[in-house]
Amino acid sequence: MAADPRKKAQSTRGANQARAPWREQAESYFIHHRKVARDSANRLLHTPVASLMTWTVMGVALALPVALLLLLTSLQGVSAGWESSARVTAYIELDVPLERARVLGNEISGDGRVAGVELEDRDQALAEFRASSGLEDALDYLEDNPLPHTLLITPEEGARSTEGVEGLVRFIEGMEGIERVQVDLGWLQRLNAMTDLLARAVWALAILLAAAVVLVIGNTVRLSIESRRDEILVAKLVGGTDSFVRRPFLYTGAWFGLGGGIVALILLQLSLWWLSGPIERLAGLYRSDFSLDGLHIDGALALIIVSMLLGWLGAWVAVKRHLDDMEPGDIAGGA
Amino acid sequence: MIEFRQVTKRYDSDHTALRQVNFGLERGELAFLTGHSGAGKSTLLKLIMVMERPSAGEVVVGGQVLNRLPRRQIPYIRRHIGVVFQNHQLLFDRTVFDNVAMPLEVMGASPRDTGRRVRAALDKVGLLQKEKMNPIQLSGGEQQRVGIARAVVNKPPVLLADEPTGNLDPALSADIMNLFGQFSQVGVTVLIATHDIALINEMGRRTLKLDHGRLVAGGTPVLGGGVHGR
Repeated sequence: MAADPRKKAQSTRGANQARAPWREQAESYFIHHRKVARDSANRLLHTPVASLMTWTVMGVALALPVALLLLLTSLQGVSAGWESSARVTAYIELDVPLERARVLGNEISGDGRVAGVELEDRDQALAEFRASSGLEDALDYLEDNPLPHTLLITPEEGARSTEGVEGLVRFIEGMEGIERVQVDLGWLQRLNAMTDLLARAVWALAILLAAAVVLVIGNTVRLSIESRRDEILVAKLVGGTDSFVRRPFLYTGAWFGLGGGIVALILLQLSLWWLSGPIERLAGLYRSDFSLDGLHIDGALALIIVSMLLGWLGAWVAVKRHLDDMEPGDIAGGA
Repeated sequence: MIEFRQVTKRYDSDHTALRQVNFGLERGELAFLTGHSGAGKSTLLKLIMVMERPSAGEVVVGGQVLNRLPRRQIPYIRRHIGVVFQNHQLLFDRTVFDNVAMPLEVMGASPRDTGRRVRAALDKVGLLQKEKMNPIQLSGGEQQRVGIARAVVNKPPVLLADEPTGNLDPALSADIMNLFGQFSQVGVTVLIATHDIALINEMGRRTLKLDHGRLVAGGTPVLGGGVHGR
């Protein structure tokens, strides 16, 4: 009994020491985070070959879908460029005279969906064909001009959707004296359908590869958990909370992610540089201003952040699976 | 400080490690826990550390009933309990200083505070000069003392020891016991599991004796004669 006051005093002192002012506690919390982050990074750098292999696996898995996404965006850029230049070509029946063709043209240009109409008369068309095809001699054998008068119709901006153009085509086809209406949109629609399909495939691939990345990192972190088993048990024994024990491994995952993201960026830049020459030549042949765009700074940053998040997630999966059920009971020995 | 009320621990249907164990330890009391191997000594210590939960009865440490303690509260209880093992559980990938600092690091103590308290603990066990060494370079007795420094560095009110002198010669054992005695004098409740009968007799302290899971001696609360007992 006599000793009680002294013990009381001691226990309050213990409590004071445990509950440092919040500022100091926040400070040591950040110091601890920094220490753990640096320590995890150092551990990775201590085994450079193994770490580089993990980084490369991650980098390849990330670079592939990103490259395909970049290609896709470039393709969508192409189709968007062409859509604005979509044109409807109406061929007028051969026996319709030029005057009548002109009237038809005026009628069409009066429609609200039409931005402009250009009449190409048959003599002019033949002359152009003669000049551009190199078939001059063959054409001389023809008795009549086989080409019809043609109306080149540019739809109003609002009517450039697929349905809008189709409606316009139906309207023109219904007019008297029109032989046939041709829309250059067919190949564009096919390209759009293809890029849509490709986009889905790329996203599916991206999700699968992201899952693969999570599993790879999870497995790597699992090994690292196994190799630090003693340390984990002691930390739990002296009162380390779950988040304290998890922290180094979550940082490890994030660092794997950072390395993987950087490798992916390097791979992307290299393949872009490797492909840029041939692509330019090909685009030149098609008279297209198509170019394969690389990642901009924000894209690169997003890639690295996503990569770090995936690494963190992988580590978290491993930690959840293997760390939380590790109990220090095992080291206390038998009964 | 530590109280067992009708505690039974059954691992599975045919193995009962503890049967209706009743005892209490006062603040500042030092007691031995003894019994043949397999008698339930480690199980009893594990119940105090909340590494195991009792099948029946209540374990109370520092006024808190551990049975109902939610899982995420367990670390905070463990911060109030220092543990010393026979095989000391030191980490050989870091210095003596870093080993002893672990309980403080876990609590989020500031580096300045950590330095001061780790050195105080190392000074107490007489190893202040060896803080920068790797524990693997130390002798068995020194390693055990590092383990003790780690157990007491955050001044826990309870100190448990599982065969702390198992691998040591009598002179070193006496040294270590002397240390435990000093801790109990400043108010730490110390419970030492051992089957070193000679040592127990020499110390002449309260002894809890387990036999096949039953407490057969020393079980009456508080009467056993702790230093600060009534």
